[in-house]
Amino acid sequence: MNAIILSAVWGVVMMYTGIVMKNKSSVKYVAILGVLLLIVANWLEFAGTSFFAIDTKGMLAFGTFGLLFNTVAFVSTLIFFLLSGSDFEQVGKNPADYFALIFFVLCGVAIVSSFQSLLLLFIGIEIISIPLYILAGADKRNLKSNEASLKYFLMGSFSTGLMLMGITLLYGGTGTFYLSGMNLGGVAMTPMVALGIVLMMISMAFKASAAPFHFWTPDVYDGSPTVFTSFMATVVKAAVFIGFIRLFEGGFGKMQTSWQLLAAIITATTLVIGNVTAVFQQSVKRMLAYSSIAQAGFMMLAIFALNNTGKQGLLLYTAAYSLATIGMFAVLIKMKDYTFDGFNGLAKHEPVLAVTSTIFLLSLAGIPLTAGFFSKYFMLVSAMKTGQMFWLVILGIICAAISVYYYFRVIQSMYFKDAEQAPSVEVSSGFKTMLVITAAIVIILGIKPGLLLNLMSI
Amino acid sequence: MFAAFDNFPALLIWLPLIGGLISFFIKDERSVKAWAMLSSLLTLALFAVSLLYTDDKNYILNSVSYVWLPELGSSFSLLLDGMSRILCLLTAIAFPLIFASTYSNSYKKANAFYGLMLLTQCGLMGVFLSVDALVFYFFWELALIPAYFLASQWGGEKRVQAAFKFFIYTFAGSLFLLIGIIYVYLKTPEQSFSLVSFYNVQLSAPEQMWLFWMFFVAFAIKMPIFPFHTWQPDVYEQSPTAVTMVLSGIMVKMGLFAAIRWLLPIFPDAVKHYDNVVIGLAVVGMLYASCIALVQDDLKRLIAYSSIAHIGLMAASLFTINQLSMQGALIQMFNHGVNIIGLWIVVYLIEKQTGIRKISQLGGLAQKAPTLAILLVVIALANIALPLTNAFVGEFMMFAGLYKFSAWYAAAAGLSIILAAIYTLNMVKNVFYGNLNAITAGFKDIVLHERVVLVMIVVMIFIVGVYPEPMFNMIRSASELVIGKFIK
Repeated sequence: MNAIILSAVWGVVMMYTGIVMKNKSSVKYVAILGVLLLIVANWLEFAGTSFFAIDTKGMLAFGTFGLLFNTVAFVSTLIFFLLSGSDFEQVGKNPADYFALIFFVLCGVAIVSSFQSLLLLFIGIEIISIPLYILAGADKRNLKSNEASLKYFLMGSFSTGLMLMGITLLYGGTGTFYLSGMNLGGVAMTPMVALGIVLMMISMAFKASAAPFHFWTPDVYDGSPTVFTSFMATVVKAAVFIGFIRLFEGGFGKMQTSWQLLAAIITATTLVIGNVTAVFQQSVKRMLAYSSIAQAGFMMLAIFALNNTGKQGLLLYTAAYSLATIGMFAVLIKMKDYTFDGFNGLAKHEPVLAVTSTIFLLSLAGIPLTAGFFSKYFMLVSAMKTGQMFWLVILGIICAAISVYYYFRVIQSMYFKDAEQAPSVEVSSGFKTMLVITAAIVIILGIKPGLLLNLMSI
Repeated sequence: MFAAFDNFPALLIWLPLIGGLISFFIKDERSVKAWAMLSSLLTLALFAVSLLYTDDKNYILNSVSYVWLPELGSSFSLLLDGMSRILCLLTAIAFPLIFASTYSNSYKKANAFYGLMLLTQCGLMGVFLSVDALVFYFFWELALIPAYFLASQWGGEKRVQAAFKFFIYTFAGSLFLLIGIIYVYLKTPEQSFSLVSFYNVQLSAPEQMWLFWMFFVAFAIKMPIFPFHTWQPDVYEQSPTAVTMVLSGIMVKMGLFAAIRWLLPIFPDAVKHYDNVVIGLAVVGMLYASCIALVQDDLKRLIAYSSIAHIGLMAASLFTINQLSMQGALIQMFNHGVNIIGLWIVVYLIEKQTGIRKISQLGGLAQKAPTLAILLVVIALANIALPLTNAFVGEFMMFAGLYKFSAWYAAAAGLSIILAAIYTLNMVKNVFYGNLNAITAGFKDIVLHERVVLVMIVVMIFIVGVYPEPMFNMIRSASELVIGKFIK
């Protein structure tokens, strides 16, 4: 509860700072302060101190899993602000408003990680989505940004419609909005409930950009200002997956057998389409967009398996994936040229940027000693523990092998190719320090994933 | 998880790791060379000390297990037993030799080069020492990453593609290995990754059959066994020679070693079932590689194909499940490492002076460089396993075992040894004898530190060739353990 209220309030605070503060760059520090407060408040709730005693009638429940995910999301946002906060000014005139919108998204994230009722899930998802439609179109004079915003809005509304339809059918079938009260699996399944579950799965897959509902993703990610793509592709996507697994575990867990095949098909198509299409991209930004689809495929394995290992792994996955992708995007924003060739010779001129990006890319590819390895490891173990559909695991590792190809293309450009002219990248030493810290976290989680996972059993 | 510094296996890993990390920060080329040399010599010295403490009383000094991931059933366990000792010996000896022989070479960004070399050494030590499947997998991959950067940053024109092919091949293979490891891990009653649990796990025959291939593919790519060998000649040719020495001298042994430790004892039924397939592939690969080596004009490619043939023989004899050939293969792993590094050093010395590796363009070097010629002839004779050289001991035992398994395989493999004699002696003849030409006329004999390195290799060739007994003592119990798994 602390996080939900504080993030909403701080969003409003951010809007006023835009009016009060004349110096635009100091707005960033207010936002950083806000996220720090959020982390502390959320941690206090984790430790048992809640500032607000609000009776939500059981529509929200603040469990360990949700609160831990909040921590992951807020820390990722903090790193995102520290790395890319100054780039907000490049996008448009009102950086304070963008910060405000991001705080509203965080409010939605906190709701999605703790909902117990389908209504709250709907509200949470909408609170996440609407600010994103605005952020996607923040670069007003850029046609691609406008297109991204409109496309995102149309596709988003469509999937919201599907979700509402699904909620309605489930309500019709079970007579309740509460996950715990639905008692699915206890009684025979009716066509109404079955259709409801299918619609819920499709709409969540839409939001999580899982194939075959991923078509909006590359265009939206590519067209949006790169700073906001970074946020959309990481924190937001992670939150959707947390909502996804909470919904399917809490609501439909007992009848897993009836929807597992559907989940497996979505997983398989996402893995194949994401990884194979990423291979053919010429722009690193678009490659990262497809890579985010590919990574979503791996996260889908946790939904498919729906066991404790998968849940733990999903938490680690969101952390590993968010940190590495935010870091990678932060470097990308500094580049003038987004093609692979734009990275040529980076290692010579900016060794720190090159080394840290390499660590991020290795993590995304799932190489040991980085957090990415253990997150993939947990996904594979959870899928294998189900004892069913072993082909999915094999497909997963084949796709992981493919993914090495496109991640390593960037590494090859940075280290083994020479640029005709030196890439003009201007970065502060603070930025470099932050990148090194982020890379260090990626490696520490790769050596000792228990640091995060053991918290789950408290 | 950071193991304390009071036992040999942990130190053998930490020393090169720390040495490598420090190297990155030494900007001066001469200092970093000296530092890398010193670091590798320290590792060798440490290993030499560990040889004084090999008996059972000192078990505690040679094994270590630290809590790493208790929630996953994995611990940071290392063990320096006979089998790992012989390969750690190779790793510890090889790096100082490599550094010394290429001491006069200057690299762009020398600090990164030597740093990555030492990190590779750390990874290799880890592969040989780990007795926990997850730790093993970690090191298996970690040895690959610095090697990939080494092979793509320094070397020939097509190095980037060649090294990338190598990386994709081995990475894909190791992912199958990972799935196999996870499956066996889930089957262990106590959900543990330790080697002991893996050895005791009960797997049905059908399970073993497909798990065998999951493990085998990863190891076969690394060895490499025909038809997984296609990455190898390109990488050997394109990499800088110092890296080629690491790859061919030590890294390919990872596959063979892993087969002995992680494949044969865990899936005995499947090994029995597929022995003909594996030995058949290995023997076909030997003949195929030998035939290609006959027509190679590039010195590096010639040695690369010759290496495929030798590795094929070792792989084949491992799968005969026979005490004699198993011990022969273990000894031969060490010998092959020493011999092939010797050959690479000679190639490096020739290329450094003349700038070419084409056999047809060289000739008459013996007139200009008699010392080099004498030393090369000894190494070349070891490469074709003449008596009194180290390779004779290993190959004789391997052939004996292979013959027991099937005379046909032994005959086919023997043919490849004859071919090896042809192409090796041909190479010696064309490069070192015959007439001088414009390129070779100005060739100078080798200088002192190069001579010292080659003499040391020749001395090792003779010592092991004449008195291999200490080595047998080292590996006997290991091979008995593995064979014991097959006797019910």
